[in-house]
Amino acid sequence: MVDLKVKLGQVELKNPVMTASGTFGYGTEYQDFIDLSRIGGIVVKGTTLRSRQGNAYPRMAETPLGMLNAVGLQNKGVDYFVNNIYPTIKDFETAIFVNVSGSTIDDYIITAEMLNDLDRIPGIELNISCPNVKEGGMAFGTSCLSASQVVREVRKVYKKEIMVKLSPNVTDIAEIALAVEAEGADSISLINTILGMAINAEKRIPVLSTITGGLSGPAVKPVALRMVWQVANAVKVPVIGMGGIMNATDAIEFLLAGASAIQIGTANFIDPTVSIKVLEGIEDYLKRHNFSSVNDIIGALEV
Amino acid sequence: MLDLIVKENKQLNNQYFLLILGSPDELPEMYPGQFVEVRVDNSPETFLRRPISINFVDYKRNELWLLIQIIGEGTRKLSTCKQGDLLNLLLPLGNSYTIPTNEDSKLLLVGGGVGIAPLLYLGSKLKEKGIICDFLLGGRSKYNLLQLEEFSNFGNVFTTTEDGTYGEKGFVTNHSILTNKKYDLIYSCGPTPMMKAVAAYAKSKNTECEVSLENTMACGFGACLCCVTDSVDGHVCVCTEGPVFNTSKLKW
Ligand SMILES: Cc1cc2nc3c(=O)[nH]c(=O)nc-3n(C[C@H](O)[C@H](O)[C@H](O)COP(=O)(O)OP(=O)(O)OC[C@H]3O[C@@H](n4cnc5c(N)ncnc54)[C@H](O)[C@@H]3O)c2cc1C
Ligand SMILES: Cc1cc2nc3c(=O)[nH]c(=O)nc-3n(C[C@H](O)[C@H](O)[C@H](O)COP(=O)(O)O)c2cc1C
Ligand code: FES
Repeated sequence: MVDLKVKLGQVELKNPVMTASGTFGYGTEYQDFIDLSRIGGIVVKGTTLRSRQGNAYPRMAETPLGMLNAVGLQNKGVDYFVNNIYPTIKDFETAIFVNVSGSTIDDYIITAEMLNDLDRIPGIELNISCPNVKEGGMAFGTSCLSASQVVREVRKVYKKEIMVKLSPNVTDIAEIALAVEAEGADSISLINTILGMAINAEKRIPVLSTITGGLSGPAVKPVALRMVWQVANAVKVPVIGMGGIMNATDAIEFLLAGASAIQIGTANFIDPTVSIKVLEGIEDYLKRHNFSSVNDIIGALEV
Repeated sequence: MLDLIVKENKQLNNQYFLLILGSPDELPEMYPGQFVEVRVDNSPETFLRRPISINFVDYKRNELWLLIQIIGEGTRKLSTCKQGDLLNLLLPLGNSYTIPTNEDSKLLLVGGGVGIAPLLYLGSKLKEKGIICDFLLGGRSKYNLLQLEEFSNFGNVFTTTEDGTYGEKGFVTNHSILTNKKYDLIYSCGPTPMMKAVAAYAKSKNTECEVSLENTMACGFGACLCCVTDSVDGHVCVCTEGPVFNTSKLKW
């Protein structure tokens, strides 16, 4: 038996396979496809203080080995989550994290406070990196000053795990990681989507209603791996890696680069059972290489 | 998620083909208006699955039919499927057209181009209920009118072509049947401008109208929120709350 348990700050996961925010709904969308209790954790949809309609259609463009999205955090607000969604998902036997976003620091504080009392939510993922909303979102995650400020204020009101999700749309990702670690982040997840754009040449118009959008999928994997490696080398807190993971080998690469857990996003759309396949693939790899614990390969890259 | 075997790939002409897929196991129950998400393969250009309507289901032979127009790389690859190939599908997805309970209902099914695809299965289900409907099918020219023989098994077929090579010349909304007959419910699937014109006609006659939308999709099962349409309830997902909508729900 190989030991798959990993520790992320205050939380222990049964295995390092998580699903990424905005790509896994509230988990319920996948219940027909997989046994949710097998995966290590779920990060539910981006949640904001007030309900948001998101951006206008079209919000998606397929690109070579990836996709651009401009969903813009469509959700019914934290009240609705607490009263209507939480009761339906709280008994899932996996760690459920809520991805929190806001336009102002107060938004983040109030939303986090409301989630603090939910027993079955061991932590939040602070999204300071969404490229698809005009105000806030990514703006907080692209400077050390504002990133530190959000984490500092939320830390005062939120007692459980704070996972901070970083934007790749910065010059020096390690610098931001160090800044949020200093303010009390329990763990750091990355990467959110990379700002991109698609054009319809025949019609001479942008494909997305917002002109630019967030790129995800295998196309971003090399960038994501590099950033995870840089951050894992810079900070002491655990790192959760994501960006283009399609199979177990991709996931193992992130673990070797220093991630303690991984999140799968876009791949769920193509194969809704992929998380289970990745989990089984990691287990096979550990057996094949005679490792007794997944922790033996975290950051085990030989350089 | 299911792997189905390609039993036959019928090239209807250089733009359209019909995939007949089979399964050794019993196919799940599917309703008219629902769709499938087909995995093409892992090539860079066809990364996401392709949404395709259920054209027909033959439960006796355990067959699923997909009628497909070649648009880009994904549909072009699908057009090269050979007998015996396996296709991976998510199915059935989305909601379905309303089947009236009254056998005397006067129903019109209006399709344009490849948008006729879900109407064949709808017509067959209506016939099972004892309702013989009218089909009004339109295309640019006679090459864009498909499966006319199959349609005639389930109802009365009326046609238009823009160039006048078959049926009445003009758009579906110009067809004489619309001035001669009154319907209880109109169903439509096809290009958006056509569906909007059909919806406007239905509204002018105070007739209920259901349309099937084709928004771009990443997942097809409600997880990504990429496929939304504007509605009286705000943004709703076409893949889960649709693809079929009553036009009163859309702001049409
Ligand atoms: C619910 C639903 C049912 C459909 N039913 C049918 C059908 O029965 N027969 C049929 O021929 N076509 C149908 N379509 C349209 C079909 O999905 C597209 O023609 C197909 O995805 C084009 O892929 P491609 O790679 O050939 O084209 P490309 O233009 O290269 O595709 C690029 C990207 O855009 C998306 N895309 C392009 N056109 C459309 C479109 N019209 N609708 C949605 N996404 C699109 C593709 O999925 C892909 O992600 C349906 C679409 C939807 C949403
Ligand atoms: C459709 C879509 C919606 C997303 N929504 C969110 C979100 O609400 N909050 C967030 O932090 N990240 C969101 N993301 C980013 C993903 O969680 C993930 O960081 C990114 O897609 C990279 O991983 P991947 O390549 O495996 O998809 C979204 C991504 C996609 C494709
Ligand atoms: S296509 Fe993903 S939610 Fe509709």
